[in-house]
Amino acid sequence: MNIQFRESTEAASPLTAKDAIKTAIADCDIHPARATRTELYPYLAKRWQHHLEVYGVHAYQGMMEGPPYPKAQPNASRRDAYPPEGGPQGSSLSFMQKQHLDPSNVQLGVLNPLNTGQGIRNHELSAALCSAINDWQIDKWTSKDKRLKASIVVGNEDGLAAAAEIRERAGDKNFVQVLLLSRNVEPLGQRRYWPIYQAAEEAGLPVGVHAFGFGGNPITPSGWPSYYIEEMVGHSQCQQSALASLVLEGVFERFPKLKMVMIEAGFGWAPSLAWRLDKVWQRLRSEVPHVKRPPSEYIREQVWWTTQPMEDPERREDLFDVIKWIGWDRLLFATDYPHWDYDEPSRVLPPGVSEANREAFYLGNARKLYGLTA
Amino acid sequence: MARHVIAPVDELPPGTRKFLEIDGRPIAVFNIKGEYFGLLNRCPHQGASLCEGPLIGLAQSKKPGEIEYTKLGEIIRCPWHGWEFDVRTGQSYCDPRRFRVKAYPAHVEPGTSVVKGPYVAETIPVRIESDYVVVEL
Ligand code: FES
Repeated sequence: MNIQFRESTEAASPLTAKDAIKTAIADCDIHPARATRTELYPYLAKRWQHHLEVYGVHAYQGMMEGPPYPKAQPNASRRDAYPPEGGPQGSSLSFMQKQHLDPSNVQLGVLNPLNTGQGIRNHELSAALCSAINDWQIDKWTSKDKRLKASIVVGNEDGLAAAAEIRERAGDKNFVQVLLLSRNVEPLGQRRYWPIYQAAEEAGLPVGVHAFGFGGNPITPSGWPSYYIEEMVGHSQCQQSALASLVLEGVFERFPKLKMVMIEAGFGWAPSLAWRLDKVWQRLRSEVPHVKRPPSEYIREQVWWTTQPMEDPERREDLFDVIKWIGWDRLLFATDYPHWDYDEPSRVLPPGVSEANREAFYLGNARKLYGLTA
Repeated sequence: MARHVIAPVDELPPGTRKFLEIDGRPIAVFNIKGEYFGLLNRCPHQGASLCEGPLIGLAQSKKPGEIEYTKLGEIIRCPWHGWEFDVRTGQSYCDPRRFRVKAYPAHVEPGTSVVKGPYVAETIPVRIESDYVVVEL
């Protein structure tokens, strides 16, 4: 009889070297969090620190801080991602390195902070908070780990202030894209947002549209749902209307060098949305004469997609068909670390993909898009 | 099938769990209401450290509007994507046909039985008077 007796109250490490993916990857959606409520204060003028203490923030919709649903796991995050030193998941660089960046062999990690200053009614406060978040990203993250790159967070509802923030950060190698969210006061193609696209195009920075946001509209187009599961699938509906707006308002026509990245809302719906848009555009084009080409052309030329949450159809051929339509050169791998619906790099892509496509999927496309070719 | 001593029973009271590595395999042993169960601590979905999740019950519904909540404290919910598994059997509830987590029998043996065998003296401070939780794999 083989008897072993080990003292251990801790779980064995979830990732052994054997499990860890061998190939280098880009992770185009990482969510850094603040360890404390006041962590941004060093980057905020006294005026705004006092404002926050006295008035707080006023969003376009309620329930911004405390999530309207428990979101499946605490802080919508992996339960094993609490840093040992305390604080919420995603708030410790050293733990992120140990739990994710090192074992997953992340060569490029794009930070997308959420719950920032976006979608706040007081536009001056919004701009101040966004600028503070951007300074904080450099200080706490990108300057401490060269693999990490930041997204410029902007006060999206004030296009001019947002453009000013983009211009200020343009050329700073800590930043690789501009970050918007999918739920805004108006669909993203509207004029109020155009200064953002103009500044991003000038700066040569892609604009990422991440699911979520606080525009004050219901989470689904048909009203407020009962269940979190409806919100989860609602992200793709929301991104679809944002993308349709970008095409039909002529944003891609006006800013032909603009690159958009659809983040965390799936991509399986891309072909059907494009087919539908093309069909109605043929019939209704006189309504939108500024849309000069079939909508699918703009989408295929100017839109990229992050993979998480990875589409997972029963037949892998279905997945490959969708990707073929979108283009193997258009997908950017992402895990969504530390969030609960995280995609494990070594387990998302079914077998049967050529070496060149795998490399593009996991790393090459991101390097190219973000101008970081080795 | 080898038996491995996990702990003296009083170190694994009801509602607690213990993580171990046995022969390179991550294992978790649970005490659920006085019964012991062993599970491979690796989620068959994407490999999370499964047993770090919470123990919940099983929500089922025969028809909309009627919800039965049973097996309280017997369902482990994965800390990543929330797949649910029955601790007693390892059976998955979201896709029972394709996924189950490997279950290992666990039970209590009296100290007098586990002290037999050549390795005992070096590896455990055995107190013959107590009982031990033993897992088989
Ligand atoms: S890894 Fe456990 S549910 Fe996905």
